[in-house]
Amino acid sequence: MDAEAKVQRLQRRAQLAACSALNRLRHSSRFVLTSSTFRLALLYMLLVGVSVAILLGFIYWSTAGYMARQTDATIGAEIQGLAEQYRRRGLAGLSTLIAERIARDPQGASVYLLTDPEGEPIIGNLASWPAVEPDAEGWVQFLARQPTTDAPMSGYATRAKVFRLRGGLRLLVGRDVRELVAIRELILDALAWGLAITVGLALLGGWLMSASIVRRLDGINQVSREIMQGDLTRRVPRRGTGDDFDQLAENLNRMLERIETLMVSIRQVSDNIAHDLRTPLSRLRHRLELLRGESMTEEARAEVDVAIADADELLSAFNALLRIARIEAGSRRAAFADLDPLTLLEDVAELYEPLATESTQQIQVETEVTSAPRGSDGSPCHLYADRDLLFQALANLVDNAIKHTPSGGQIRLQAACTGQGVELSVTDDGPGIPEALRAKVLQRFFRIEESRAAPGHGLGLSLVQAVAQLHGAELKLEDAEPGLRVRLRLPKRPMPS
Amino acid sequence: MGIPMRVLVIEDDPQLSAYLVKAFGEMGATVDQAENGRDGLFLAAGNSYDVMVVDRMLPELDGLAIIRTLRASGDQTPVLILSALGEVDHRVEGLRAGGDDYLVKPFAFSELHARIDALMRRASPGEATPTRLSVADLELDLLKREVHRAGRPIALQPREFKLLEYLMRHAGQVVTRTMLLENVWDYHFDPQTNVIDVHISRLRAKIDKDFEQPLLQTVRGAGYMLRAD
Repeated sequence: MDAEAKVQRLQRRAQLAACSALNRLRHSSRFVLTSSTFRLALLYMLLVGVSVAILLGFIYWSTAGYMARQTDATIGAEIQGLAEQYRRRGLAGLSTLIAERIARDPQGASVYLLTDPEGEPIIGNLASWPAVEPDAEGWVQFLARQPTTDAPMSGYATRAKVFRLRGGLRLLVGRDVRELVAIRELILDALAWGLAITVGLALLGGWLMSASIVRRLDGINQVSREIMQGDLTRRVPRRGTGDDFDQLAENLNRMLERIETLMVSIRQVSDNIAHDLRTPLSRLRHRLELLRGESMTEEARAEVDVAIADADELLSAFNALLRIARIEAGSRRAAFADLDPLTLLEDVAELYEPLATESTQQIQVETEVTSAPRGSDGSPCHLYADRDLLFQALANLVDNAIKHTPSGGQIRLQAACTGQGVELSVTDDGPGIPEALRAKVLQRFFRIEESRAAPGHGLGLSLVQAVAQLHGAELKLEDAEPGLRVRLRLPKRPMPS
Repeated sequence: MGIPMRVLVIEDDPQLSAYLVKAFGEMGATVDQAENGRDGLFLAAGNSYDVMVVDRMLPELDGLAIIRTLRASGDQTPVLILSALGEVDHRVEGLRAGGDDYLVKPFAFSELHARIDALMRRASPGEATPTRLSVADLELDLLKREVHRAGRPIALQPREFKLLEYLMRHAGQVVTRTMLLENVWDYHFDPQTNVIDVHISRLRAKIDKDFEQPLLQTVRGAGYMLRAD
């Protein structure tokens, strides 16, 4: 039973692996076919094909064509000779000569036919006048039939020339060109094969070449995508051969390094500003506090109170900024401990419940436990986390939910415990966040236009993200249809970052 | 208080130090100050103070080292640690070294004041652990977990009970929102909104609403105070 299950699992895994490999292949082959490199290779192949075809055409012309021209020249010369004989010795002389030549050639490689003006054969080794009409120069090509030989062949390729003699006689002289045709076919065959092989090799070469280029470009694309998703520490891999792709990779990496340095320094500058301005700002606040103690009119005191409140707002923004920076910079896990996520959620809900009730909203806490191994304290669901930071993150989320959900809204705090870890989520039924802005709202100081009037600095979600990062957790903003759901997927025990 | 309070401030930032001396002076306290750890320890060991405010990072001798040395020699003077390091583990380190409270810079003086008041109250001896707390006609029974005002029972949620208990233990003192978060809710965090205020107004509605004399008062720019006057 157990072994069977194992085999099934292995089979399933193999299937999956094969499937993914096939998909990858399909994906990569589509990639190769649409790649510019492959198109370039195709163009190159076309060019090579055309030049090879021209070259082969020339070879054909200079071999098979030469032989054909030789044959034509021989036939022409023989007709000249026979016509000369006729002029000198008349019909009898010509007939004798033709007869002699026929006798000398028992294989019938040469073909002769002499007819009278009515077309009746006078002498010759051809049974009848060819049915094909000769061209303007008298050349004719046909399948000859020989009465004199008892060869079983029904006919063979013959090339001949027809010549009119004085007195209305017609003379046909031809040559058996079977061999020539065979050689020509042989050459054509060879040329066609040569062309096919050339094209095939060019295609294969183009494919291989573009596949290797596409693979390297794919690597660069992959890294670019990961970087765009926020992992700025990724670098383009290099092969180490120092070729142009390596140079490209090196340049890209240098560019990335520069971008990273700039981004870090921007962050550092803002953190430094916050840090450096915090001290004078707190002094200002101290002075205002001292001033408030002095004897002054009620109006003046109210003004001082407003000034203190303004200073407090600035200080709290700076503090939040520095807190995010500290959480991001540190892998401080000293305060990590085992805790019960449900208690945490209930505490958050309890703290914010009066605030929600004020704006006639409801807060609910729900838990869902799926086959989770029990924690050290025996509770079915437990977390290893920084209690205060996690509380802060959840408080920020609930605070946002209360701010952005219209009255009568529902805010749900959920904890789902699985074997892999704990998923905490805060869901509201407010207007939600448009998908295009979901990554942006995590940036420092970013605020959606509609919520600019609400109090806050645009740092709440940045802090949530920093806390998530510290915990090795996945932070996701989703559409709750309607509303916003923020999921925080915490691993059982975060790996040291 | 009849006798002026004696305070020792060990702080290396001259501006902050001057400000603290001035602020404590206005409270009517006598203030000694030291600008480095060695002088601070010398002063602390040679005199008797009601409370000490010690910066954590000091030249020559670290603030935590001063506290450890004092505690090791049996000195139990309440100490409030000031620090720019504000994460929870920093706080835990400070309290473990023997500090009684931990305040992160920058802070509002009202916060420091409230905390020092709380420390002083804790230090004043003679009171056995009470089982009943009372402020004017408001009474809280810690054993029965019941609250009465003018003999009328008041029903409170567990958290409201804890909140009232803390306020009553610090009756007559300013209690800041951060102090409430840390002591009643037991979370060190920065609420973006005035969550505490809403809890307070709920509590106020229960204990003050039907009575002529309001007990739970808001101290502007600082926090809250439960007071009988």
